[in-house]
Amino acid sequence: MNNRRQHHWIAFSTIVTREIRRFLRIWAQTLLPPAITMTLYFIIFGNLIGSRIGEMEGFSYMEYIAPGIIMMAIINNAYSNVASSFFSAKFQNHIEELMVSPVPNYIILAGYVVGGAARGLFVGLIVTLVSLIFTKLTVQHIGITISMVFLSAVMFALGGFINALYARSFDEVSIIPTFILTPLTYLGGVFYSISLLPEFWQNVSMLNPVLYMVNAFRYGILGVSDIPVAAAFAIILAFIAALTSYALYLLHKGTGLRN
Amino acid sequence: MKALTIEHLNKTYRNGLEALKDINLTVEEGDFFALLGPNGAGKSTTISILTSLVTKTSGSVTIFDADLDSQTELAKSYIGLVPQEFNFNGFEQVKHILVTQAGYYGVPAKEAEPRADVLLKQLGLWEKRHTPSRSLSGGMKRRLMIARALVHNPRLLILDEPTAGVDIELRRSMWVFLREINQRGTTIILTTHYLEEAENLCRNIAIIDKGRIVENTDMKSLLNRLDKETFVLDLLEPLTDSSLLQGIEYHQVDPTTIEVELQRQEGLNDLFTVLTERGIKVGSMKNKVNRLEELFLTLVERPESVE
Repeated sequence: MNNRRQHHWIAFSTIVTREIRRFLRIWAQTLLPPAITMTLYFIIFGNLIGSRIGEMEGFSYMEYIAPGIIMMAIINNAYSNVASSFFSAKFQNHIEELMVSPVPNYIILAGYVVGGAARGLFVGLIVTLVSLIFTKLTVQHIGITISMVFLSAVMFALGGFINALYARSFDEVSIIPTFILTPLTYLGGVFYSISLLPEFWQNVSMLNPVLYMVNAFRYGILGVSDIPVAAAFAIILAFIAALTSYALYLLHKGTGLRN
Repeated sequence: MKALTIEHLNKTYRNGLEALKDINLTVEEGDFFALLGPNGAGKSTTISILTSLVTKTSGSVTIFDADLDSQTELAKSYIGLVPQEFNFNGFEQVKHILVTQAGYYGVPAKEAEPRADVLLKQLGLWEKRHTPSRSLSGGMKRRLMIARALVHNPRLLILDEPTAGVDIELRRSMWVFLREINQRGTTIILTTHYLEEAENLCRNIAIIDKGRIVENTDMKSLLNRLDKETFVLDLLEPLTDSSLLQGIEYHQVDPTTIEVELQRQEGLNDLFTVLTERGIKVGSMKNKVNRLEELFLTLVERPESVE
């Protein structure tokens, strides 16, 4: 049994290592673009427009949006890393290397998700360093900040995995990020407090899971949030549990993989 | 011990195609076994089921002591697969591909690296170990797939047309390599369209056609069943007088080439005695078709000709 556990651990670390090696190898596609995009956000929204907006919830606009921008980078990169890597493996058929091997489904899922989360965290660190050029960040609740970063990266990496399982073409890999993920992120309180919205839209916003992540992360750094932080953790953990179960079910069925 | 036991294996695809119909097959440990059949006969479906790439409809598969359904991980750990199509990450370096594959089988990197080095040297890929696999030539890619299948020391190696599109020199060097692996104890199952390859390498054979096993025996018995053979004789001088070959069943291809059909009970000595007596000198002789090929064509149903 110990031997089996050891084999699983080696297989898991092999997948994670391969995933990290992949995004480091193609750093110009994976690490550089988010750094440039987020720098532009800081310059345009934070510096140029933000200086005219004034304070939000007692913080400069730059300070206020910095946590949201960092979280946006983490979410997008965790998602797209798994979606593109797993779909490429399907497209080039080298996913068969894993399918013929004795690696159980939960290890395959865990390996890809941790690999994707690693890219999310790596990019999050880069964007945090970039943000320090523009504003100061004093972390108020370190435990909440770290756990929210990790859980959000895991949740969206799981989403990317399910997307890649269903996808039959590269177009289908980009549909979800374009039509669902981006609107959810932009409407998730990255650039504003939902208290600025009319009551109806505030209620609609409460259905957006990204709002909870951005606000809980903002609470960790700035100490302010539009939503109860405990609710954010409960919702994210529920999403992670549901997405994990669904991804394992799809793997067991062989959806998108086996005839 | 049996390396592979297949019982009542059926596969019907979603589109209704019955790819396998009640397949029963056993392969002994240490065997070099040929699984032959025309295109679309069910060879690749069988292999894909053994390697869990395709889900079976019904039946059972046992790899050594492990049932594929109830002891999946153990059963899969015994197998090394060389697939028909290239299926590695073209952007990964050659050695990384091997070490990663070993990792999937629970072999730690410090153990996998020396194993990979040995295989890369044996298969002539050592100089390319740091090259992205997409830059390799076709022959090198084939060898990389063999190295990848062997890096976790499988007990059963399955080769799905490993020499397709490979030049004759490389093909023969791969034969030598595969024979060595088999002699060291690895059971090998081979599918190939080169029947000469199967005849040279394999001790036992199954022929599958339209999803059914139509023959399953040892190579020697199968070849012994051939009741007649056609030989091509190259003559040293042009044959101008056909009466010299009276009594011999032959077909003249050109002035210096004849084809002679012999029944199994007829010896070649008798033919050569007659030819010598009549002053016909033969420079060389060969089989018109590979013996296994001749039998293969009689065993499988040929597709109807297209008009």
